[in-house]
Amino acid sequence: MERVDLIALLPIVIMGTTSVVVMIVTAFCRRYGLTTGLALAGEVIALASISLASSYAPRQVTPLLIVDRYGLLLTAILLTAGIAVLALSHGYLRTMPGNREEFHLMLLLATLGSIVLVSSSHFASFFVGLEILSVSLYVLIAYPMRNRSLEAGLKYLILAGASSAILLFGIALEYAALGTMSFKQMAANATGPSVLLLAGFALILSGLGFKLALVPFHMWTPDIYEGAPAPVTAFIATVSKGAVFGFLLRYFTSMHGYTEGSLFVILTAVSIASMAIGNLLALMQNNVKRILAYSSIAHLGYLLVAFLSSGDSGVSASIFYLVSYFIGVMTTFGIVTLLSRVERDADGIEDYRGLFWRRPWLAAAFTASLFSLAGIPLTVGFVGKFYLLAAGVGSALWLLVVVLVITSVIGLFYYLRIIVALYSPVPSETGAKVLPLSPAMAWLGGLVVAALMILLVWFGIYPSTILQALQQTLL
Amino acid sequence: MIMVAFLLVLLIGSFMAWAAERIHRGAARWISLAALVCNFVLAVGFWGRNYRDAGLINKGVWLQEVNWDWIPALGIRFHLAIDGLSLALVILTFFLGLASVACSWTEIRERVGFFHFNILWILAGITGVFLSLDLFLFYFFWEVMLVPMYFLIGIWGHENRNYAALKFFIFTQAGSLLMLLSILGLCVLHHNDTSIWTFDYQSLLGTPMGAATAFWLMLGFFIAFAVKLPMVPFHPWLPDAHTEAPTAGSVILAGLLLKTGAYGMLRFAVPLFPGAAKQLAPVAIWLGVAGILYGAILAFGQTDLKRLVAYTSVSHLGFVLVGIYAWNGWALQGAVMQMICHGLSTGALFIVVGALQERIHTRDTRRMGGLWTVMPRMGGMVMFFALASLGLPGLGNFVGEFLVLLGAYRVNRSATVFGTIGLVAATIYALAIVQCAFHGENRGGWMPADLNLRDVTVLGFMVIALVWLGLYPQPVFSTVTPALEGLKQLVAM
Repeated sequence: MERVDLIALLPIVIMGTTSVVVMIVTAFCRRYGLTTGLALAGEVIALASISLASSYAPRQVTPLLIVDRYGLLLTAILLTAGIAVLALSHGYLRTMPGNREEFHLMLLLATLGSIVLVSSSHFASFFVGLEILSVSLYVLIAYPMRNRSLEAGLKYLILAGASSAILLFGIALEYAALGTMSFKQMAANATGPSVLLLAGFALILSGLGFKLALVPFHMWTPDIYEGAPAPVTAFIATVSKGAVFGFLLRYFTSMHGYTEGSLFVILTAVSIASMAIGNLLALMQNNVKRILAYSSIAHLGYLLVAFLSSGDSGVSASIFYLVSYFIGVMTTFGIVTLLSRVERDADGIEDYRGLFWRRPWLAAAFTASLFSLAGIPLTVGFVGKFYLLAAGVGSALWLLVVVLVITSVIGLFYYLRIIVALYSPVPSETGAKVLPLSPAMAWLGGLVVAALMILLVWFGIYPSTILQALQQTLL
Repeated sequence: MIMVAFLLVLLIGSFMAWAAERIHRGAARWISLAALVCNFVLAVGFWGRNYRDAGLINKGVWLQEVNWDWIPALGIRFHLAIDGLSLALVILTFFLGLASVACSWTEIRERVGFFHFNILWILAGITGVFLSLDLFLFYFFWEVMLVPMYFLIGIWGHENRNYAALKFFIFTQAGSLLMLLSILGLCVLHHNDTSIWTFDYQSLLGTPMGAATAFWLMLGFFIAFAVKLPMVPFHPWLPDAHTEAPTAGSVILAGLLLKTGAYGMLRFAVPLFPGAAKQLAPVAIWLGVAGILYGAILAFGQTDLKRLVAYTSVSHLGFVLVGIYAWNGWALQGAVMQMICHGLSTGALFIVVGALQERIHTRDTRRMGGLWTVMPRMGGMVMFFALASLGLPGLGNFVGEFLVLLGAYRVNRSATVFGTIGLVAATIYALAIVQCAFHGENRGGWMPADLNLRDVTVLGFMVIALVWLGLYPQPVFSTVTPALEGLKQLVAM
C-alpha cells in the first residue's frame, strides 16, 4: 500500500479516525456540544479531502475498494447528507435525558458504512460496508427508547438480518458460478447466461430491494419511518438508500446487467409496482412520516426508471434525481425535526394545521420541499423529474414513463393534503389539543434547512451548474 | 428586453407587495396596482410604436426576441419572443390584471400581501406562457401559474374551496404532465434526427416523424390545452374552481387562464404536428360544438350565479375551439377576437357577481329578485355584459362568434349549424341572469349599496373596450393577422 493509496482513501480514513476519536473522547469527557463539534468537523474535513483524493482517481486501492469519480461524487453527496443529519439531530436531542453522545458516534459510523458501500469493488468490502451501516441503524432507530422506536428498531433488526442472509446467499451463488468476488473479474469470468448466476443476481436484487424499500420488499418502511426519531428517518430515507442505490448502479453496470433481458423485465415490474403501490398507499395515511415513507417507496420506483434507461443519460439522470430527492426529503424531514422534540415527533397532519400563519418561513420551506417531491417547477424536484422523464423517453421506456406520469398525478393528492393543512386557519386553542412542538428554533438545524432551501430553489431555477458538473464527472 | 421587463416588474412587485404588508395593509394593493399599470403602459406603448393600420411593422417573424442560454447541458434556452398575437394577449393580461386587483380592493381583507403576491405570480406565469418559444420554458411558465392559483382558490375561496382547488390542480397537472411527455418525445425525435438537443420552437417545427407518432405526441399537447380551455369532457374542474375562487381568481381564471389553452393550441398543438392536427380537426370541431351547446344548457340550469357564469365560459370557449380547428383566416381571427372579448365580458360578469355577493352574501338566484330598483347602476352593468355575452351585434363578442361561424361554415357545415344554435341558447341564459336577479319583486327585502365609483370605473373601461371592439375591431385584426398568417403558412388544412 503506497502513500498515494492512502490519499485516495482519505475520506474513508478520516471518517474512521473521527469515529474512533469521538468514541475515546466520549469515554473520558461527556460533553454534548464537544461531540457534535468533533463529529461535524470530521465530516467536513472528510468532505474537503475528496478534492485531494479526486486527483488520484480512478485508482484501485487493494482488491476491495475503488476510488473513482463516480464513487467520489456519491461520497460527497452522502457526506453532505450526513452533515445535514448530524446538524439536525443536534437540536432534536437537546432535551433528551441520559446519554446523547453515542447518537453522533452511530451517525458517523453509519455514514462511514455508506461511503465504503459506494466505493466497494468487491463483495467482501460491500458486505462490510453494508453491515456497518445496518448495525448502526439498529441502534439509531431505537435510540430515544420510546415504545414506537424500540419496536421499529427491533423490526429493522429482524428484517435487515433476513435481507442480509438472502443477500449472502446470492453472493455465495455468484461465487459458486464465477469463482471470484471482485466485480471486475466476475464480469470477465461470466461467459454466458447460467441459471446459477441468474439466481444469484435475483437474490442479490431481493436483498438490496429490502434496503431500498422497493415493492414487494417495502413492508417495513412505514413502521420504521414512523417509529424512528425524525433525523434518523431522514438518514434512512437519504443516506442509507442512496448508498445502496449507488452500489446497485455500479454493480449492475460492471456486470452488464442491462444485457440480461429477464432482469430488465423484473426491474421494470418492480419499478411499476413501487410507483403504483407507494403512491396509492400514501393516500390512505394520516401520519406525515408514514406519508413520506410511502412517497419514498414511489420515489425509488421513479429512480429505477432512470436506472433502466440505457447509457450515460440514464446514469446522470439517476444521480441527478438522487440529488434532487435528497434535497427534497432532507428539507421535509429537517422541518419535521425542527418541529419535533425527542419525546414526540410532529408527525400528525393536525400538527401542521395553520403552520403558515404561525411560522411562515418554516411553512413556506415545507411547501417548497413538498412541491419539490411532487415535481413542480421552480424546485429541484421538477428538474430531476424532467431529466428522469427525458432519460426514459430517450430509451423509449414508454410503459414506465406513462406509469410514472399517472402515479405522480396520484401522488399530488397527498402532498397537497399536507399543504392544505399548512394554510388552513389556525385551530382554535380550546378545541384542538395544544401541540407540544419544539418551542424555539434550533439554530443549527434552522441553518441546515435554510441552506437546503436555497439549494432547492437555486437548482430548480438554474440547474446548469450541477448538470455540467455531473456530466463532467460521469463521462 | 421589454418582455424581460414585463416579467421582472411583476416578480419584483410581488415580493414588494408581500413585504409591504407589514408596513401598511393597503400598501400591497397599491404596489401591485402600480406594477400592473407600469406593465400595461409599457405594453400599450410598445404596441403603439409598432402599430400601423395595414398591420404591425414586421421586420422578421417576431417584433422582438430574447434568446439567452439557460441550461446548456440540455439545450434549454431562455427564449422569449413577441408577435401580434402574443402582444394582444399580453395587453389583455395586464388589463384584466388591473381589473382583478381593483375588484378585490375591499373583498380581500386578510393576508393582503400574500394575496397580491399570488396574483402577480399568476400574471407573470401567464405572461411567460404567451411569450416563451422554448418548450421547456413554456412548460415552466405553464406550471408557474398553477401553484399560486391553487393558493388563491385554497386560501381566499368560498365555502368549498379545498375541494375546488384540489380538483383544479389535479386536472391541470395531469394534462400538463402528458404535455411534458410529448415535449420530451418530440425533442428525442429531433435529437435522433439531428443529434442536437434543443427545445426551441422554431427548430422543432417540421421535425419529421411517422403519422402514428405525430398523432400520439399531438394528443399529449392537445389534452393539456383542452383541459385548460376547457373542452368537454375535460371541463369538470372549471365550474368548481370558478365558483369557489375569490372574484379576482375567477376573473383571472376565466379571462386569462382559459386563454392559455387556446393560445397553446394555436401556437403549439397545431403547428408542431400539422398532419395530426388535420386528422383531429373534425373531432375537435364537433367537441367544440358539443361544448357550446352543453355549456349553454347547463348554464341555464344553474341557480348559483357564479356557477352560471362559469358554464357560459364552457360555451364561449367552444367557439374558440371550433375557430382554431377550422383553421382559416376568418375562423382564426374570430377565435382570437372571441378570446379577447370573452375575457372582458366574462371577467366583467364575475366582477359584478362578486360585488353582488360582497353586498348580499349569497349567489343563489332564487333568493334574489327586484334588485334593479335598489341598485340601478349594477343592473345596467349586468344587462350590458349579459348582452355582450349573448353576442349582441355592436359588441365585441358578436364579431368573434360571427367570424368563427363564417369560417367554420366553409369547413364543416353541419357542425356550424349546430353551433349557431348556441347563440340562441346564449340569449336564454344571459337574459335569465338579468331576469332572475334584477327583475321581479324584491322578495329578499335587499337594500344593498349600489356600485361605487371604483367599480363603475373598472367596469366602465370594460364597457368602452367591448363597444370599441364591437364597432371598430380593425386594430385588433391588424395586430394579430400577420401572426395568424404566419401560423397558417406553417399548416395547410
